[in-house]
Amino acid sequence: MAKFSLDQVNEMYFDVLKEIGNIGAGNATTAISNMLNLKVNMEVPKVEFLTFQELPTAISAEEETVVGIYLEVESDIGGSMMFLLKMESAHYLVNHLMGRPDDYAEEFDEMDLSAIKEIGNIISGSYLSALSSMTNMVITSSVPYLAIDMAAAILSVPAIQFGQYGDNALLIQTEFGDEVKIQGFFILMPDVDSYDKILTSLGIAL
Amino acid sequence: MATIKVGMADLNVCKAPDMITTLGLGSCIGIAVYDPVTKVGGLAHIMLPDSTQMRNNSNIAKFADTGIEELIKRVTAAGANKRRLVAKIAGGAKMFQVSGLSTVGNVGERNAQASRAKLKQLGIPLLAEDTGLNYGRTVELYPETGEFRIKAVGKSIKSI
Repeated sequence: MAKFSLDQVNEMYFDVLKEIGNIGAGNATTAISNMLNLKVNMEVPKVEFLTFQELPTAISAEEETVVGIYLEVESDIGGSMMFLLKMESAHYLVNHLMGRPDDYAEEFDEMDLSAIKEIGNIISGSYLSALSSMTNMVITSSVPYLAIDMAAAILSVPAIQFGQYGDNALLIQTEFGDEVKIQGFFILMPDVDSYDKILTSLGIAL
Repeated sequence: MATIKVGMADLNVCKAPDMITTLGLGSCIGIAVYDPVTKVGGLAHIMLPDSTQMRNNSNIAKFADTGIEELIKRVTAAGANKRRLVAKIAGGAKMFQVSGLSTVGNVGERNAQASRAKLKQLGIPLLAEDTGLNYGRTVELYPETGEFRIKAVGKSIKSI
């Protein structure tokens, strides 16, 4: 049985996650700006440790429709990760990618949905490669899965993952953009044994 | 009429004419029970099927088994008669169409199964359910009539 419990998260661990969030979000921003051919600046990410009562409203109101992209994390560590975007941010990114005017807000078609998956894939991939280079571990991911639904319903997925070993979840919020700010949220959900592996490889004693 | 809100891994009781709700159930299950005579009801929002499988199981509202037990305790303490209690459940969606049998792939289904099993064990008839599929649900229980209303994005309101 793993020694780790998320409820005993310490300050040092928090700093490490923040640093991974920083580098990962930095990589992701570079990837997005290349993809969209845009100049994008990034704010320092915010790392929050939330209870289940707080998680469903961390991004928006519970019933607000948001975009969730989910990937399984494989190889040296196991688990999953999620990237969430508010609808207006998703529309903005897709419009840019498709060369449409910024205010176009029709329902996403099949092409748009593939584009969103690809954006999620690139962003999550950049984040995971930051984690991979910091820990010296091989970390790969599955194909991206997409859901566009109520924020609380999408967030039930990470909540359940975290719920298996604690009563809290970690949310990393990143903001990037030029004139328009894109708000994205990462949730990394290593399985219990992988927490130990990540921390050990970073030289942090539990 | 007041509205009582139940969070994730949480439960509460409600007496007519008030209404009790939980917003945006994904793979979690909303378990509504009520006594049609005293019009006392309750709602639990559980996340995982089985507390005995977990080392950290202090939050009893998080699990189908301990959550339903506690819900029954609370509604009977609030004036419901256990022998008259009936139940309706919703949620347990598979939010992401992940292949294989990972936790994410089948936890909604396992939550629904565990909820049905616990209600059966306690002898509480399950009158109706709206579970599975791939979308989130907001649920509202009206103990006045026993109506269990289900809302989903882009779908019309359903009453069970």
